Amino acid sequence: MQIRLNVNGVPYETDDVWEGESLLYVLRERLGLWGSKNACEQGECGSCSVLLDGELVCSCLVAAGQAHGRQVVTVEGLGDDGRMSAVQEAFVAAGAVQCGFCTPGLVVATEDLLRHNPAPSDLEIREALAGNLCRCTGYEKVLDAVRAAAGMGR
Amino acid sequence: MDFHYPRSWADALALKAEHPEAVPIAGGTDVMVELNFNRRRPAALLDISAVPELAQWDRADGHLRVGAGVSYTRLVRELGPQLPGLAMAARTVGSPQIRNRGTVGGNLGSASPAGDAHPPLLAGRASVELASVRGTRLVPLDEFFTGPKRSVLAADELISAFVVRPAPGPEQFCKVGTRNAMVIAVASFAVSLDPERGRVGTGIGSAAPTPRRAGGAEEFLEAELAAAGMWQRPRPLPGPVLDRFAELVTASASPIDDVRGTAAYRRHALAVMARRALSWAWADLMRN
Ligand SMILES: Cc1cc2nc3c(=O)[nH]c(=O)nc-3n(C[C@H](O)[C@H](O)[C@H](O)COP(=O)(O)OP(=O)(O)OC[C@H]3O[C@@H](n4cnc5c(N)ncnc54)[C@H](O)[C@@H]3O)c2cc1C
Ligand code: FES
Ligand code: FES
Repeated sequence: MQIRLNVNGVPYETDDVWEGESLLYVLRERLGLWGSKNACEQGECGSCSVLLDGELVCSCLVAAGQAHGRQVVTVEGLGDDGRMSAVQEAFVAAGAVQCGFCTPGLVVATEDLLRHNPAPSDLEIREALAGNLCRCTGYEKVLDAVRAAAGMGR
Repeated sequence: MDFHYPRSWADALALKAEHPEAVPIAGGTDVMVELNFNRRRPAALLDISAVPELAQWDRADGHLRVGAGVSYTRLVRELGPQLPGLAMAARTVGSPQIRNRGTVGGNLGSASPAGDAHPPLLAGRASVELASVRGTRLVPLDEFFTGPKRSVLAADELISAFVVRPAPGPEQFCKVGTRNAMVIAVASFAVSLDPERGRVGTGIGSAAPTPRRAGGAEEFLEAELAAAGMWQRPRPLPGPVLDRFAELVTASASPIDDVRGTAAYRRHALAVMARRALSWAWADLMRN
């Protein structure tokens, strides 16, 4: 099937999409946007998190056809003109990255959290990121980064 | 594989009638896992996520009719005060990502004994609205499930909505799992109190081939409360009443041993949850 969708403000059209494939597959394998990671393909890890029409979702659980005609924002689309977003800056500054595999998903989830709740409590941060697993288990620095991005510092 | 994407409810029903083998996909949080892991290769998908009618809810004749496509996130945000038990359960589903996509219609469609929406809907005596080009029928939820992952849904039917009264009184939901987030229930329990009518509703999850009510416990508690005039003048529930209630809840279950827990553990957990959920709901009632 043919699919048209807008990713990070850019309109894309792709042919020969298999009806059962995921939005994550389309992003990575067809559009060459490798920021969204494929780690579990079952919604457990959040490393494929993107915004679909402004809503935080696991792109591995969205059928390609369900994204037809929709707006997608991936980690690549967060900064402006090649500059990192405040959340991305905060992750770097806090050293909230080890192997980095979970980072894109965490960054997108954090963007989504701070858009809805600019000053989250620690409990709210933990709840908002509960769907994002870090196999390097560097969660403390991630919390630091989110607090910093929210302008709370430590 | 074919991909059908109706943009209206009438089209969705017509497509389902024409292609009964097509697998509906709403939030995709169950369907996509099966596709990604090659556990299922349906001839066709029927994407109902863009059918506007399914995403609506309204209130009429003292009942809420909630479209099958309303996500858990919206349930919590828009219906929390009216359906507190269901909202509590919805908050425990997966993660924000899963709650943004997952729907009660999908939970019912999967008909897993562990589905978190089921116990509070059973406790609230909800019905499921099933529709096809042949017409619409309303099935009481405790007649909807027929076995693990099986229901009375016919091949040409879709779930259009669930229908339930706004909570008539306090409601509680408890779920046992290995951690707080992202966990399938090892066992779960919901209770709903209706002081005006003197009714008690219950729902058991993950402890029988289907989600089910604990009818014996409901009848026992209704009789006890009526005899003691407790609905009119609520006093703390006597320990033996709580014990008996928990015992009867457990007696209604028929759990099995599986990877998530043993039958014995599930019985124990159910008794603890039944006691706790009832105590908390009753405390709510006494406060008001
Ligand atoms: C990481 C993760 C965590 C999860 N955690 C939980 C949890 O804590 N608790 C829980 O209960 N579940 C959980 N689930 C399972 C799932 O999210 C729920 O069952 C959810 O309610 C499914 O809704 P959906 O809209 O995504 O369904 P889909 O995947 O779109 O569909 C599920 C089934 O229902 C059918 N269906 C969907 N809509 C209709 C309709 N309107 N009419 C007829 N058939 C329909 C589909 O054909 C399919 O068989 C989890 C899943 C994942 C991936
Ligand atoms: S790859 Fe999508 S949640 Fe893990
Ligand atoms: S930094 Fe390695 S998975 Fe999180």
